[in-house]
Amino acid sequence: MCLAIPGKIVELIADQPNLATVDVNGVRRRVDLGLLVDEHPVPGDWVLIHVGFAMSKISERDAAEQMRTLRILGEDQAAMDEVRGYGLESS
Amino acid sequence: MRFVDEFRDPEVVNTVAEEIRWLTDPGRRYRFMEVCGGHTHAIYRFGLKDVLPANIELIHGPGCPVCVLPMGRIDDGLELGRQPDVIFAAFGDMMRVPGAHGSPLEHKARGMDVRIVYSPSDALKLARANPERHVMFFAIGFETTAPSTALTLMRAKAEGIKNFSVFCNHVTIIPAIRAILDSPDMRLDAFIGPGHVSTVIGCRPYEWIARDEKRPIVVSGFEPLDLLQSIVMLLRQIKARTAIVENQYTRVVPWEGNRAALAAMAEVFELRPFFEWRGLGFISQSALRIREAYAEWDAERRFEVAGVRVTDPKAAQCGEVLKGVLKPVQCKLFGRECTPERPVGALMVSSEGSCAAYYNYEHRKALGRQHATV
Repeated sequence: MCLAIPGKIVELIADQPNLATVDVNGVRRRVDLGLLVDEHPVPGDWVLIHVGFAMSKISERDAAEQMRTLRILGEDQAAMDEVRGYGLESS
Repeated sequence: MRFVDEFRDPEVVNTVAEEIRWLTDPGRRYRFMEVCGGHTHAIYRFGLKDVLPANIELIHGPGCPVCVLPMGRIDDGLELGRQPDVIFAAFGDMMRVPGAHGSPLEHKARGMDVRIVYSPSDALKLARANPERHVMFFAIGFETTAPSTALTLMRAKAEGIKNFSVFCNHVTIIPAIRAILDSPDMRLDAFIGPGHVSTVIGCRPYEWIARDEKRPIVVSGFEPLDLLQSIVMLLRQIKARTAIVENQYTRVVPWEGNRAALAAMAEVFELRPFFEWRGLGFISQSALRIREAYAEWDAERRFEVAGVRVTDPKAAQCGEVLKGVLKPVQCKLFGRECTPERPVGALMVSSEGSCAAYYNYEHRKALGRQHATV
């Protein structure tokens, strides 16, 4: 439920200012950046994602730590299933 | 030990475990509540109990959103979902939670249009794709999830999408902690504060726990070392007779939280005068409802909601377990009538529920031992 999944912003979507393509362990999906308006995220930034929304900007090192946390908690599969399940890529 | 196998640096763990032993007064008991269901899961998974001194007891708190939802709300939501032309959309976590007449998954098997979504915005997308139907999103979660629902509702309004509504079951963590502290049968020494809720609300909302209730609280990460370090921080405070809010999970939790997320919540939601929590009863100002300005997208205003109140199955003791008064294994149904495969109560459904966590890591281990000796 409360998975926080690290991903890297690949590109901002030109005509939809709140959406970005984010790469999570090689899987690319659209993620909503609407909760990070104060932080002005740009491609190359790492973010923590929860239910399709980026929750916070984090460092690359903390992103790697977070991915490891998911792995040792046995939640990496559930996290990837969640990311694959995001349906925004064609909207 | 399972714990050491799965952790990268057992030496560091042993050093921290040693410090915990050094800080612990063997002449007293320590009762710490981990508020967050994710922490409960991690504590069982890593067998942290085995590395802690016997007089440190970890009490599992109310921070599993699926677990604290009373059955009546599930039935209310399913009742709305049964209406013709309605698509019932919810997170996967909800699908196996039993209502009085079965879970969402069982309703789907009986012909109801039930869809799993991984994001509230995907529920809105379903509404865009099915203009002749009405999509109702069954929203659950603490402050971690509520901002995403809020932003989705703001988008629905901005785009003027009329065939979408939210059945709002979002709850807030602070009033639940207050209810637990006010409960006469609950004596706690300190709190392990929730991780991801705090990315949104920050650390300030916990200050009253330290200042007024004189209980130390440490916001913690989810790895074994995070949790052990948080316990060290709590023990140091207790030894020094102080009570403050500390943040162990600084790599993710900013002290001030996420202002944009709080602003989205404030725009869309207001506090309900009261809301029923499984096990804790009615708690005032503990849940969110949708503001008048978004009434059109509020399933509770748009449709007639029965307001069903269902008591939990008689023998099940979910409430006592949820309050930390009983351990999962002390419930009469645990491991017999109620298992993760056939859950009777919600605490057995979610991996963050203390019954499922206990069953998956402790009970199966014990069963394994039994088989090994037979």
